[in-house]
Amino acid sequence: MVERTPILNFFTHLILFVGFVFCVAPFVIVAIAASHNLKDVNDVPMSLLPGSDFWVNIKTAWTTADLGPKLLNSFIMAFGVAAGKVIISALTAFSIVYFRYPGRMLMFWLIFITLMLPLEVRIVPTYAVVANVLEPYQAILDLTGLSWLIEKVSGVQVSLSLGLLNSYSGLILPLVATATGTFLYRQFFLTVPDELTEAARMDGAGALRFFVDILLPLSRNNMAALGTIMFLWAWNQYLWPLLITTDQSHAMAVTELKQLIPNVGGAPEWHIAMAGTLIVMLPPLIVVVLMQRWFVRGLIATEK
Amino acid sequence: MASITIRGVKKNYAKTQVVHGVDLDFASGEFVVILGPSGCGKSTLLRMIAGLEEISDGTIAIDGTVVNRLEPRERGCAMVFQNYALYPHMSVAQNIGYSLKVAGVGSAERAQRVQAVARVLELEHLLDRKPMALSGGQRQRVAMGRAMIREPKVFLFDEPLSNLDAKLRVQMRSEIRKLHRRLSATSVFVTHDQVEAMTLADRLVVMNGGRVEQVGTPAEVYGRPASRFVATFVGAPAMNMLEGTVTLDGLSLLGGSRKLNVSRTGVPVGSKVAVGVRPEAVRMVAPSTPGALTATVDLIEELGAGRVVYVDLDSAPFSIVTSETVHPEPGSTVGLQFAEADLHFFSSETGGRLDVFKASVPEPAL
Repeated sequence: MVERTPILNFFTHLILFVGFVFCVAPFVIVAIAASHNLKDVNDVPMSLLPGSDFWVNIKTAWTTADLGPKLLNSFIMAFGVAAGKVIISALTAFSIVYFRYPGRMLMFWLIFITLMLPLEVRIVPTYAVVANVLEPYQAILDLTGLSWLIEKVSGVQVSLSLGLLNSYSGLILPLVATATGTFLYRQFFLTVPDELTEAARMDGAGALRFFVDILLPLSRNNMAALGTIMFLWAWNQYLWPLLITTDQSHAMAVTELKQLIPNVGGAPEWHIAMAGTLIVMLPPLIVVVLMQRWFVRGLIATEK
Repeated sequence: MASITIRGVKKNYAKTQVVHGVDLDFASGEFVVILGPSGCGKSTLLRMIAGLEEISDGTIAIDGTVVNRLEPRERGCAMVFQNYALYPHMSVAQNIGYSLKVAGVGSAERAQRVQAVARVLELEHLLDRKPMALSGGQRQRVAMGRAMIREPKVFLFDEPLSNLDAKLRVQMRSEIRKLHRRLSATSVFVTHDQVEAMTLADRLVVMNGGRVEQVGTPAEVYGRPASRFVATFVGAPAMNMLEGTVTLDGLSLLGGSRKLNVSRTGVPVGSKVAVGVRPEAVRMVAPSTPGALTATVDLIEELGAGRVVYVDLDSAPFSIVTSETVHPEPGSTVGLQFAEADLHFFSSETGGRLDVFKASVPEPAL
C-alpha cells in the first residue's frame, strides 16, 4: 500500500531525517574535533563550531603515524581480498551450479561450513598454517613414515617450510577463503535461465567460454557489489593484520591508528587521532561512492 | 541438408521413462512438425536430436553418422528456443554473430555474414540494439538469425511461436515457411498448436505419452487419423466421438438409444467401437429426414465465416461446423446427417483405427 498525503510525507521524512542525524552525528563530531587545536579539543564540552587547524592536524597525523605507506598496504590488501574473493567465488559457484560431478554436494557443504567458522574462530590454526603453509604436508609425511623413508634412502632430511608471515599473501589469502561470495554468486547463477546455457552450447561455446562470455558479463553488478563489500570488510580488518604483521613495512592503516591514540600520561592529542581517523575512513568512502550505482543494482535487482 | 534417422530412442529420467522407443526417418530438406500435448515427450525428443539431452537407449543419426556421443556443436544443428534465449548483455549483431566468434571467424567476415542474415530477416536497423529494447517478434527473428548464421544442416524449433500474440504468430509462421523454402535445410519443429503444425508441416509426427501415434502429411493425419487420440487431437473443434456396438444391421450407438445404418463394418458383431465424425462433415437437415439422427441444439458459437453448433445427442456432446447463414435456435430439434465415407472407426479397447471403410484420402505411400 502506497499512500501519499502531505502529513504522512512530513512524518516519513521526519523519521528519515532523525535517522540520518543519528548516523551522521558521530562523523560530524569527528570532523569538528579534527579541526580543533589541543586546547579546544579538550574543553568540556567541546565546542561544536569547527576550529581552524584542520589541515595542520591532518598533516601531523599523516607524518606521525607515517600513513602514506600504510594506506598503500591497506589498499593492496583490501584490493587483493576483494579481487580474490570475486574470482574465487565466481569460480566455485560456477562449479557447484553448472557441473555434476561426484562429491559435488560434499564440496558444497565444505564450502558452506566455512560460513560457520569465520577467521576469528579458527585464528590459531590459521596462524599456524600461514606461519608454515607446508606444515600439514610435513605432518602427513611424518605420520606415514614417508619422511623417515626418504631420509633413509636419499639421506635428505625432509622439512618443508613456506612461511607467509609478514607478507601480502599471508594477509590476503586467509581472508579470501570464505564462502560468503560463493553463495551470492550461486543464487545469481541459479536465476540465469537454463535456455541461455543451452543456447551457448548450441552456439558451440564450451564451459569456460560460456563462463567468460555469458556469465561474467551478466554478473557484473554482483561483482561490483561483492567487490565493494569485500573491500570495506578487508579494509576494516583489525585482528588478523595485527596478528601476522610484526614488521612495520606490512602494517595496515587501521591497525596503525592506535599509534595516534594518546597514551596514558601522554598529551591528550585527540584532534590528531580524529584527523587520522578521517584519513583512514576516506578510501572506503570513495570506493562506496564510486561503486554505489552498481552496488545497489547488484544487491536488489536482477537484470532481465 | 541432412537426413535424420531415429532408431529405438528411449529416454529415462531416473526411474521414469518419458520416451518409449521412437523410430522416425526425416528426409533431407524436409519440414517435420512434431505435434503433441504437453508432456508427450516431443521436446525431449527434439533436445535429444540437439544433443542437449542424453539418449538413454537407441541411436540418432544425422546424415548417416550416429551422433549419440557428439557435443551439440559437432552435430551441425541450430536451435530456436521457446523463450528465444538471447544473450541479454549482447547487441543484436553480437547475438547473431556469437557462434561465429566462438568458431574463430574473423571480425570482418563475421560482420559481413551478420549483415547478410540481418538483411534476410529485416533486422538491419536493429543490429546495435540490446534484446531488452526489442519487441517479441523482433526477438524471435534475432533468435532465428542466430540459428541461420551457422548455416546448419538441421534447424530445430522448440515451440518458438508460443510466446507471440495471435497476429504475430500467423505472420512468423509464414516467415518460417518462406525461410525454409529459401534455405531448404532439414527442419524439425515442435509444437502443441495443431494449426501451427498443419500449416507448417511437410510431414507431421503426432506424439502422445512418449510414443509416436502417427506419421504422415497434414492431409493424411487429418483425413485418416491412425488412432482415436490423433482423431480428437487434430482438428478444431475436435472430432465428435460416439461410443457404439456393432450389430447385425449396423451400429447401435449411445447404449442402444440410437441406430446407425452402415452397410458393413467388417468387425465381429458385438464388438465395441468408437465412431468419429468431424464437425465439418456433418450436415443439419430437417428432423424428419429418414436416417438422420435427431438432437437438441445447445449453443451456437459465431465465428464470422461460419458457426459452430453444439447439440445434445442423448447427453453426448456433439458439434457441427456450418457455413449456412440460417441456423436453428437453441432448444430446437435438428436432424444430423453424414456420409458413410466421413465416418472413422476406432477400437474402444486399443484406440487404434479400424479400417473397414474406404478411406476418403488415398492410402499414404510410405
